[in-house]
Amino acid sequence: MIEAVLSIGGIGLLAAITLGVAARKFAVEVDPRELALLETLSGANCGACGYPGCSAYARAVAEGKAEPSLCTPGGQSTLEKIAHIMGVAAVGTSPQVAVVLCQGDNARAQAKYRYLGAIDCVAAQRIADGPKLCPGGCLGLGTCARVCPFGAIEMTAEGLAVISREKCTGCRKCVGACPRQVIAMTPLDATVHVLCNSHDKGAAVRKYCQVGCIACMICKKTVPEAYVIEDFLAKVVYDHYQESGAAVEKCPTRCIRDFVEGYPEGSRFAPPVVPVKRQGAV
Amino acid sequence: MTELLLILVGAIFVNNFVLSRFLGICPFLGVSKKVETALGMGMAVTFVMTIAAVVTWFIQYFILIPFGIEYLQTIAFILVIASLVQLVEMVVQKTSPVLYQALGIFLPLITTNCAVLGLAVLNIQKEYSFLESVIFALGAALGFTLAMVLFAGLRERIDLSPVPASFRGTAIALVTAGLLSLAFMGFAGLVKG
Repeated sequence: MIEAVLSIGGIGLLAAITLGVAARKFAVEVDPRELALLETLSGANCGACGYPGCSAYARAVAEGKAEPSLCTPGGQSTLEKIAHIMGVAAVGTSPQVAVVLCQGDNARAQAKYRYLGAIDCVAAQRIADGPKLCPGGCLGLGTCARVCPFGAIEMTAEGLAVISREKCTGCRKCVGACPRQVIAMTPLDATVHVLCNSHDKGAAVRKYCQVGCIACMICKKTVPEAYVIEDFLAKVVYDHYQESGAAVEKCPTRCIRDFVEGYPEGSRFAPPVVPVKRQGAV
Repeated sequence: MTELLLILVGAIFVNNFVLSRFLGICPFLGVSKKVETALGMGMAVTFVMTIAAVVTWFIQYFILIPFGIEYLQTIAFILVIASLVQLVEMVVQKTSPVLYQALGIFLPLITTNCAVLGLAVLNIQKEYSFLESVIFALGAALGFTLAMVLFAGLRERIDLSPVPASFRGTAIALVTAGLLSLAFMGFAGLVKG
């Protein structure tokens, strides 16, 4: 009995003393700001800052190696807290959200062949450059939806990825995951986008997609400063997004969409609640 | 020498800790979503198991048996293994940040892992000598790593396959684990023991 108590107690005591000594001897000094920063960050470990996880970013900021404004998911409030901890001014960037620049779901864009492989866009893209005739459109197999750490991407019944403007934090994970670069980062305030990613000529686009940009120049003629046509594809000039709304109604293929008026067809997301004031709207 | 080789091969394939003794199932299911993390976990377990085998062998033969308190084996081993892992974690963090980056996050997970404790108890039950214990620990840990990596590779592929909705996630993982275990039964005739 006595031996049992003494030996187990002894082992415990010895372990406790060893650990106690080791904790002091092998203590690794951590910058207290680093711990404070880590608590401030969202903890999603999304990698939007370019560092592997929140703890790596916190360390980089504490060491002064990284800007405090790189945590896009945290937005303005996180930036202010980081700036407060580090004692610097909160100079931020405007918040951004990801947009899928395509409306060509399986009902509107024609297929090249019947794809029966793994449910993964990267795998599908490797077979004859994807199962859609359009070289740039959304493949609809949901690779982006699966990498999204915030559940902000839904796949419609007809196979089109749609990103919620409220849930998206701008972490860019989907941008990197998409094999066709159909997802773009755009300012949150800009709600008008040209939802097409095909650089083919108008006649070719017409053949395989009902809602593609045919580069007819009508948007450019309506609001010259807000649109630019590059390689047969119109794009919104986001510096002039306020004026871009005027061309929404004019587009003959309806590929310019104002998200305030609703998400692409088939999406269950409700339109963004805060409408942005547009100047020059008709 | 042949004896030691038999122990090693037996522990890796025939009596694989995960797939035929069913020890260490929680990291087997929990940390096996990616091959990379599975390998990290396997390395950490190898590290801890080998050290734990050495220390528990000394505890058994120099403390528990001389004092006649073998019935306190479980609690003594858990106590020693848990504090040992803590100590190793601290030393590694201070002396080798690179190794800590690779193994660090897995170390706290295996402080009281049943595979580590099971190994220590089996060493005593089988009445292995000191060298045999160390070899058995190494074999068991390598077998654990092998099972982890194989299973993680399978799960990575299953993620891309059209699995029926009701089987997705843990259900298909358990079915896969069962099939993998069945496959390892094929090694049963390789070594006796």
